[in-house]
Amino acid sequence: MSDATPLSGAHHEGFVTVSEDAPHAMIQLRADLSDPAVAAAVRSAIGAEVPQPLCIASGDRGRVAWMTPDELLLFPDHDDAVRDIGQALQDRHHLVLAVSDMRCCIRLDGPAVREVLAKVVPVDAFALEAGTFRRTRLAQVSSAVWLSGPETAHILCFRSVARYAFDVLSVASRQGGEIGLVPAFPGTS
Amino acid sequence: MAHRLSSPARRIDRARALHFTFDGALYRGFAGDTLASALMGADRMLMGRSFKYHRPRGPVTPGQDEPNALVGLGQGGRFEPNQRATATPLHEGLTAISQNRWPSLDHDLGAINARLSRFLPAGFYYKMFMWPASFWEKVYEPFIRRSAGLGKPPEGADADRYEHLYYHCDLAVVGGGIAGLSAALQAGRAGKRVLLMEQDTLWGGRSVTDGALDRATFDGQAPGDRVAAMVSELEDMPNVTLRLNLQGSGVYDHGYLTAFERVSDHAPGADAPRHRLWRIRAGHIVTATGALERPLAFAGNDLPGVMLASAVRDFVTDYAVTPGRRVVVMTTNDDAYRTALALHGAGVTVPAVVDTRAEAAGELPQRVRALGIEILTGSGIVAEGRGRVERVRVCDVTGDGTGGRSIACDAVAMSGGWSPVPHLWSHCGGKLTWDETHAFFAPDPEHPPTGADGKGMVSAVGAAAGDLTLEGLRQGADTRCAEEPPRPTWILPEGAGPKLRAKMFLDYQNDVKVSDIQLAAQEGFVSVEHAKRYTTLGMATDQGKLSNINGLAVLSHALGESIPAVGTTTFRPPYVPISMGSVAGEARGDIFQPLRRSPLHEWHEDHGADWEPVGHWRRPYCYRNAGEDRETSVIREIGNVRGNVGLLDASTLGKIVVKGPDAGRFMDLLYTNMMSSLAPGRCRYGLMCNEQGFLMDDGVVARLSEDTFLCHTTTGGADHVHAHMEEWLQTEWWDLKVYAANVTEQWAQIAVVGPNARKLLDRLGGMDLSPEAMPFMAWAEGELFGIPARVFRISFSGELSYEVAVPANRGLALWTALMEAGADMGVMPYGTEALHVLRAEKGFIMIGDETDGTVIPQDLGLGWAVSRKKEDFIGKRGQARAHMTDPYRWRLVGLETLDGGVLPDGAYAALEGTNENGQRLTEGRVTSTYYSPTLKRGIALGLVLNGPDRMGDVLEFPGTDGTVHAARIVDPVVYDKEGSRQDV
Repeated sequence: MSDATPLSGAHHEGFVTVSEDAPHAMIQLRADLSDPAVAAAVRSAIGAEVPQPLCIASGDRGRVAWMTPDELLLFPDHDDAVRDIGQALQDRHHLVLAVSDMRCCIRLDGPAVREVLAKVVPVDAFALEAGTFRRTRLAQVSSAVWLSGPETAHILCFRSVARYAFDVLSVASRQGGEIGLVPAFPGTS
Repeated sequence: MAHRLSSPARRIDRARALHFTFDGALYRGFAGDTLASALMGADRMLMGRSFKYHRPRGPVTPGQDEPNALVGLGQGGRFEPNQRATATPLHEGLTAISQNRWPSLDHDLGAINARLSRFLPAGFYYKMFMWPASFWEKVYEPFIRRSAGLGKPPEGADADRYEHLYYHCDLAVVGGGIAGLSAALQAGRAGKRVLLMEQDTLWGGRSVTDGALDRATFDGQAPGDRVAAMVSELEDMPNVTLRLNLQGSGVYDHGYLTAFERVSDHAPGADAPRHRLWRIRAGHIVTATGALERPLAFAGNDLPGVMLASAVRDFVTDYAVTPGRRVVVMTTNDDAYRTALALHGAGVTVPAVVDTRAEAAGELPQRVRALGIEILTGSGIVAEGRGRVERVRVCDVTGDGTGGRSIACDAVAMSGGWSPVPHLWSHCGGKLTWDETHAFFAPDPEHPPTGADGKGMVSAVGAAAGDLTLEGLRQGADTRCAEEPPRPTWILPEGAGPKLRAKMFLDYQNDVKVSDIQLAAQEGFVSVEHAKRYTTLGMATDQGKLSNINGLAVLSHALGESIPAVGTTTFRPPYVPISMGSVAGEARGDIFQPLRRSPLHEWHEDHGADWEPVGHWRRPYCYRNAGEDRETSVIREIGNVRGNVGLLDASTLGKIVVKGPDAGRFMDLLYTNMMSSLAPGRCRYGLMCNEQGFLMDDGVVARLSEDTFLCHTTTGGADHVHAHMEEWLQTEWWDLKVYAANVTEQWAQIAVVGPNARKLLDRLGGMDLSPEAMPFMAWAEGELFGIPARVFRISFSGELSYEVAVPANRGLALWTALMEAGADMGVMPYGTEALHVLRAEKGFIMIGDETDGTVIPQDLGLGWAVSRKKEDFIGKRGQARAHMTDPYRWRLVGLETLDGGVLPDGAYAALEGTNENGQRLTEGRVTSTYYSPTLKRGIALGLVLNGPDRMGDVLEFPGTDGTVHAARIVDPVVYDKEGSRQDV
């Protein structure tokens, strides 16, 4: 594949590992999320229900994240989602776009991922539960974060600032910067 | 003399010696020492010189509130001035230098200022340096700068890294003394998420030292054991975080609390952040910040060797150092008797305790008396000595300070009573109330700082709440010493004359004396905030932690007012100075600011890009070949576009998709021209104005399908235009069925420009780009070089031009394919400067050059793009206002210099005469100006009064260098006016 990912597979070892996540298809869907037809289209494309606000849901064909009251971000495991959803909703007001190249996925691995998040993201990283999807700020750029497990965090940022986000996370995860707060809170891991 | 004692001390480890230097001399201390305690252990009491008079000064306190013992720490990229020696933990190899002295700390020529002190009263600078004005820069300022000032700023870049930490909790407790520990335990047991922070390296606060002196017990446990048990219970709670070396720094709105953590100050050069700034969102904040002891204003109270009574006993019990062999205690209260007990217990002679009260009958004085220590009641002192306390003269507390018995001593432990630390309580509006009995300001629980719910968001507990009784200070103490009330004494002796008052220092760091405050009051500075600024009381790096109440008391006496009527100055964060690095956090060097990179950024970097910032993006200004300067690169690039084919990275241009059944209506409202009539497959240039009618953004719109438009915006306008659309859709036109999506970064966009553009693209193959299949201002979707692409036939240069958009991750593949396919044709990239010149030659406007927020489309000859047919669009009403329809507006023209030169950018066309402000009258200005290699002369665009009606007129543009440029008004389009080159 001749695709050039935003970070060319960058990788940084600190007390937490920072790496560019494998590229993944992403689809922006704007529609009335309370419409059963929208739920059906999402179910068909991903195999999951429309997530609750601030949540990300997993299905057998991918993931889907809540972005705003009328917007979802889909991570389908297949190539037909834009077409399928477009067809399913063709008689309804909606917007569905392939936006796979617009954002960069960065992954954090290690027991102290929450400490690294807490240095650069103003949300409560220590109380972040798996399945929560938070659109927030990473240092000076907008981003979204979620945990797929107790020791794995995912960060989504715009492509143009991928290098900045990666560098910020690399500095935040450098050895010597451990805070000693993990493990701290019950029920969060 | 000051020396190390053999008595036990709780902080130091005598088995671990540490070596350090002060002003180059080698010293030795112990692990656990502070810099101040280690220096005192080596009889180095003189640690700094004061700001104004360069008076010799030693430490007064044992901690963060220290005004005197300020030093420069570290070296090179780790040098930091004005660090408190009393709050600097010692580490091996520490280097410290003294400040504000020349040539040395012991022999300072600046000390002459002290002899001149009677000529340097409060407000001296204001009075003296008013006249003549010309003296200020050359004479006064250099003089003041040389003689005043503390440490030198560091030179070079900071060698360390810093970071922030966002933290959330139900309760943040500031202060790890008994009161703070108790508050944390209570909340922790209730299951709340608690953060307990302590600025010290140990838990327990004063209770450990003072409780032991009192032989107090807590629930049957000795104070130290009780603290250890509380900490242990807290450590076992998973919902509680305990943190030492973390100082509550500032309280802000909505439970926002900052705290400053020293992470690796003790290990310079370690691969760790030096400081960490905690940015805490707390449901509630408890300030358990304790109390600070107040000094006493007696003559000679700034001599090295004069310290707070609590400081003396802390140095003795914590570090086993004493400031002297014979220490006189001077007090207004019972608490200072604990210092006499501590000194006596460590084998230090206490010649006398001098007490301002007529009687000293409390339990603590009785214990002191029982040890055979003399107590002199109803008395005050005058401290005397040269560079160090040598004796005190004991005088009547109400007298004038003359006569009296002399007692030889080398240190004085003074106590003027205690004041709660109200800073964090007060930062966000918590009110204070005056406690007449104890003579201090304390948090008023009726008026706390309030949160979003209107309820108090901060609570003060323990000593910080003004509960300075032993019960309060040591909550749960089951044995206690009853203390007799203090005798608030603000000047000692109270009848002292001017000579003595001029030796009573209130603010040590800024050399503010009792006489200065009294002078300020006499001169009419009745407001405490004015008196503070006039005298500089409390304006030094310690922010008046010691001087505040004493200064207020003296001021209120001078004004004949009560202390609460005078009030306090404002408490502002941070509690003590914090490093600038911690405020910046990680934002420095490469990550000082986000840099936006196009999908082709690395290619540009590898191919000689000379960068230009465009918003947060970097775009190549030009690509410099070996041996080229900027100008020759730009000329080469322009020539190649006009004569051959060039590539431009246009990825940064905004791309916003607008879709929905009402998209056409929305587009008509958004743009000044008609967009709903645009046919799918076609493009149209459009203008966007704000509500006032001023031109905001421009770009080419492509209709993707019946219900979908793609709006191109300027690079800098993408986010703003998208937000503008969302705002209108969400707040005003919520009934329109339209979605807008900013997909700028989804696409890499490459402009292929020049007479050979089609030939080059045809080599890649995949799409029919012939004029028949794709005429000017058409667009099509297809595959180029096997890459899915949208091709827009639009031109910002006047040449045959295609903009090709491909998914961002495929952009580099397309760009390199174009470079390779066109190598034999001489294809080359061009940068933003060539882009600018190319468009200026065509008279195309640039948002931000020809517009500045005051320009309407009609000014720019773009009236053709403002619909008269449409019922409404954003800006229509604005453009109907009288000022916009004024026939005498500045309008766009071309400007041609008579000598072929290049006009200076931004130059104004000057008229004879001046306006009411004495400024030269003007009739126009240059908005864009370049050297045109195509025409081989300077070209410019400008806005000129009635410009289009004055073709051929010559205007004069004075430069900033005295030259005047003459330019003729010409048509803005100076190249291919018919547009034949782009339509081939």
